[in-house]
This record gives sequence, structure tokens and C-alpha cells, in this order.
Amino acid sequence: MDTEMDQIYQIDVGNLLAFNPNHRFSSAPSSREELVKECVTEGTKLVQAIADTLFNFPSTESVDGPLVQLPPPTTKLPREKHLPRPKPPTKWEEFALKKGIQKRKKDKIVYDETTDKFKRRHGYDRVKDDNDIPIIEAKASDEPGEDPFAKRLDDKKKRVDKQQQNRLQNLKSAAKAGALPSHVQLAASALPITGTKAQPKKLGKEELGDVAGLAATSTASGGKFDKKLPGEKPTKKQGKHHRYLPVVPRYGWVDEEKEQTNKVLGKLLSKHSHEILNVGKAINMYNDKKEKKKSGRSDKLKPKKDITKKKPYANKAK
Amino acid sequence: MMEIRTPKTHKAKRVLEKRAPKLVENGKRTLILHGTKTSATLSSVLMELYRLKKGGAIKYSRRNENIRPFESGGETSLEFFSQKTDCSIFAYGSHTKKRPDNLVLGRMYDHHVYDLIEVGIENFKSLLSFSYDKKIAPHEGSKPFICFTGEGFENVPELKQLKEVLTDLFRGEVVDNLNLTGLDRAYICSAVSPTKVFLTHCAIKLKKSGTIVPRIELVEVGPSMDLVIRRNRLPNEGLRKEAMKSSKDKPKKKVKNVDQDDVLGKRGRIFIPEQEVGKTPLPDKSKGVKRERREGKLKKKNKEEGSASKKHKKSE
Repeated sequence: MDTEMDQIYQIDVGNLLAFNPNHRFSSAPSSREELVKECVTEGTKLVQAIADTLFNFPSTESVDGPLVQLPPPTTKLPREKHLPRPKPPTKWEEFALKKGIQKRKKDKIVYDETTDKFKRRHGYDRVKDDNDIPIIEAKASDEPGEDPFAKRLDDKKKRVDKQQQNRLQNLKSAAKAGALPSHVQLAASALPITGTKAQPKKLGKEELGDVAGLAATSTASGGKFDKKLPGEKPTKKQGKHHRYLPVVPRYGWVDEEKEQTNKVLGKLLSKHSHEILNVGKAINMYNDKKEKKKSGRSDKLKPKKDITKKKPYANKAK
Repeated sequence: MMEIRTPKTHKAKRVLEKRAPKLVENGKRTLILHGTKTSATLSSVLMELYRLKKGGAIKYSRRNENIRPFESGGETSLEFFSQKTDCSIFAYGSHTKKRPDNLVLGRMYDHHVYDLIEVGIENFKSLLSFSYDKKIAPHEGSKPFICFTGEGFENVPELKQLKEVLTDLFRGEVVDNLNLTGLDRAYICSAVSPTKVFLTHCAIKLKKSGTIVPRIELVEVGPSMDLVIRRNRLPNEGLRKEAMKSSKDKPKKKVKNVDQDDVLGKRGRIFIPEQEVGKTPLPDKSKGVKRERREGKLKKKNKEEGSASKKHKKSE
């Protein structure tokens, strides 16, 4: 190691960097090739200086060649990202610290008393599987009509949900301190409309079809000539589905209209016609119709008149 | 209402952990892109810079009209790209009448612009124009020597910044162990004048000398150009202090299966895999493969050749 050289040059072996602050390039423009040559010779000297220190390091032999342990670089360069920030302790960690609770490592294999065997803690054929419990003993605090198995499952679900909420709160406080773990992202999910807690239900296939049909009927031709997308089913007709019989019966076929009327007549004029025909109802219907015809209005569309209200200008006109 | 999103695949998780802020960081990656207009020299400069930094650089080929590094609003696109590609150094080239062959070298801190330096490129010589023995050509991704010559690098603040930026650009990964046979390139930067830097890339030839240290010879192989300082922007003091902060302690890597015992000293555990007697590959004992057979065949062949040559001799 040439100490004289080190005084002249600033060498950073960790970066394989060398700097010669004392060389002065002639301000008089020499030819380009000479300048290039000068630069390369100066560069060679610098590289030689670094190599001097480098090849004198203790080297270990490896498959590819001699390996040297490089010292850490001395030139300070700016980082590309901030230093990792310390994570704030979670609610449980704070509690454990306060109470002095130590972490205990759990074994993977646990002794099972019901079958005198060693079973694993998690996974297939585990120790305290919820599905495997044959008997749950009743306690004094239990209500008579309650299903303890369902209660167990319910309790577990509640615990899992609570844990999920706690985890979310811990992550939120970590995100506030800028120390969210790198693989986690907190995203705002969709907000519910109208302030209810329920999420807006997604429409199913049939419901969408119904809505599309409704929209189609509001068109000028009632949705009959609308262009359909490939695969879209034709709109279902709303209201009563009439089947009209042919007016002129087909040659050789039964006259369906005649058959229909004969059927009705036969029923009416048969022996058991009193059982078919509800005479009381028929009389009531007939009477109602007669009364409505008398009063001369149907109660369907017209608003009901209030007889007690006086007409304001009835007499004045006279 | 917030929901927690975690990656569903291991690959995605590994990518996120790679990009997370760490105590000991990965090597800085370079983003190379260009603006609305590029000249022939500039596009070859960008291409060769990409080739020099292959493995640690990303080159975009489309024009970017809305990137103006020195204007306050023109950095958003750069910051977005930096975020997407995880690159903290960028080289942006553009060519205008006012600033011909313009190259802006910039660095990012936390995907926001940290500092910028703008240089003009003159007297560019492409690496294709250099002729040299192909055996000494530097390999891709090898760690380079970086040399700076000239008092300008110490006295002139712009050159000081350029020195830092060039070190960052060419450095590559910070390594603990170095293979001495893999040293094959060097970047030479000389401050020819207070505003001009001559940059060239050379291959290293190691020649025998009397000592362990070989004699070094440099042969120019790569692109060489003159960088003329135009504009620059230094980082503001607070940001600089924060970026220069480094934690002193190294993360202790947990070594598995080794424990320290007070009585017995350092103990290690070795795990031997189960011996599957039925599945061990048996040697190939087929007739043709046996050594004696092979040698016998070779002998026979030589005998034949010998007799054939004898025959020739006889006929002559």
C-alpha cells in the first residue's frame, strides 16, 4: 500500500471509487486524442491505486475465483426510501406489557385426553375440533330451549369478527404512524346509500330481466320491436295470458269452441249443478251489478264524493 | 368502512416486500425515458446507457410530452413512473433548439424528486465505433471502477453534485464479497473545465506483474461523451438530512440450526433426509456402457487404423 498515493487520491474501496483532486487539465486546448489519452492514463493510475488495496485483502478461494471481503463504502449517498418507521404496539401488546404477560411458545403436538393420543393442534384430526364434540354438559346458567352446539359456533363467529375488528384498528393506528406492513393495504370499501348499515343488494338474473322488461314497456311500441342482445330472452308478458281458440275449426279437427261451451253447459245442467254453482254468490253479484248500473258510476277511477261538503257556488249561479 | 387487502399469491407478497423501505436497501434502479423530441445522438446515448446498466434499468420507448423536470408541475408523471417501476434514478433525454442533446439526471427520495442535474452531450462516440479485442469486453452487470480526475469536482458545486449523481448511477448494488476475476470495467470522468466533464467507459486488462497486484491496463470500449453542465437543482436541506440518515446497526441475520452452549461451545444440527432404499438410482450396468467394453472398442479402432496405414504404406 503506497501511502504517498493515498495522500494524493481519495479512495473509497467499498464503492470501487477513486478521486484525484489535484490534477489540473491544461486550459490550452490540445487535440482531442491527446486529451482522451491524458484522461485514460490518469484513470489508469486511479484504478491501479484501488487495485493495490483490493488485491492485498485476504481472499478466500471459491468456485468462480478469489473472493474478497469489501469494506463498507465511505462516501455517503442519499437513501432511496425512508428508514422503516417503528410500529406502534398493538392493543394486546400494550396490555401484555402492562400486565407482564410473557409469550409462550405453543407445541404443534398436544395430548388429547378423550382419545389417549397425541394429536396436532391445528389441521386435520386436531385436538379440539368443533365438529367432533359428542356431548356438551348443561350448566346452571344455560337456558332450557337453547342449542349449545349452535351457541358454540355462534360464539366462535363473534370472536372471529371481534378479532377482525381489532386487527383493523391496529392496522389503522399503524398506518397513522406511517408503519403499515408492506404487504397490507387499507382500502375504503363502498359506502352504503341512505345511511343504513345494510349493503346495497346486487340484482339477480331474473330481477334484471324484469327491470329490463319494465323499461321496455315504456317505449312507444311497448317493447315489441326493441333490438335484443344475443342471448337475451324475449320479455315475459305481464297480465293475463289468454289463449284464443280458432274461430273456424280445422278440417277433421274437433271444434274447440263448441266443445268449450258444451262443457260449461253440461256442468250447469247436470245433476250436481247445485254443488258447482254457488247460488248465493251469484245472486249477490247480480244485485251489486244492478245497483252500480243504477247509480251510474263505477267506483274504480272516480274519487268518492263527500255529500256533507257544500258546493260553494251552487246557489250563486241561480 | 375500511377493508384490509393482502396479496393473494406468494409472488405478489415477495414483490411488495422487495419494494418496502428497508434498513439495508437494494441497488437503485434507473428509469430511462425521453421527451417529445430526441436527436440521433441522444437516442443512442439513452440506448447505450440502458445497455451499460442492463439488469438495473428500465427503458421506456414512448415519448413523454408532459414531463418537464425543472418545472413545478412537470414532475408528477416522473414520480408516478418511479412508483410503478420502483426506480430511484432517472435519465430523461430531450432535444430542443435552445437545449440540444439535453440529458437530465435525477434522483428520487420516497418517489419524490430529490435533486436534478441537466447536462448537454457533445462529441458523443458510440460503443459501436470502438474496435477492440472481444475477449476483454466487459460482462453485463459487473461492478465497475469509478474514477474522477480534476480539481473541478471539489471546487465547483455543480460538478460536486454531478460526481455524486454519477457515482449513484454507475455504482450498482452494494456488495459484501467481490470476485476479483469479475472486475472488467471502469468509468473515467475527468473535469476538463469548470463546466465540462469528459466521460468514458473502459475495459480492464489485468497484466502480470511481479507482485500479487496485477498491472492494470485500460482499453476504451464503451461510449465516450462530453457532458456540459447546464442547469441543476440541489435538494433542500431538510430533505437532504433525512435522506442521508442511516442506521448504524446491521440487521442480525438469524442463523438456523446453530446454538451457543456454555459447556460445549458452538453446536450445530444436521438433518439427514430419510433414506429411501427402493428409490436410490442404481448404476447403469448395461453391457455397452461398461468401461472394459469401451476401452476394448477404442483399442480395436486404433488397431484397425494402424493396419490401414500400414496397408497404405505397403501400397506406396
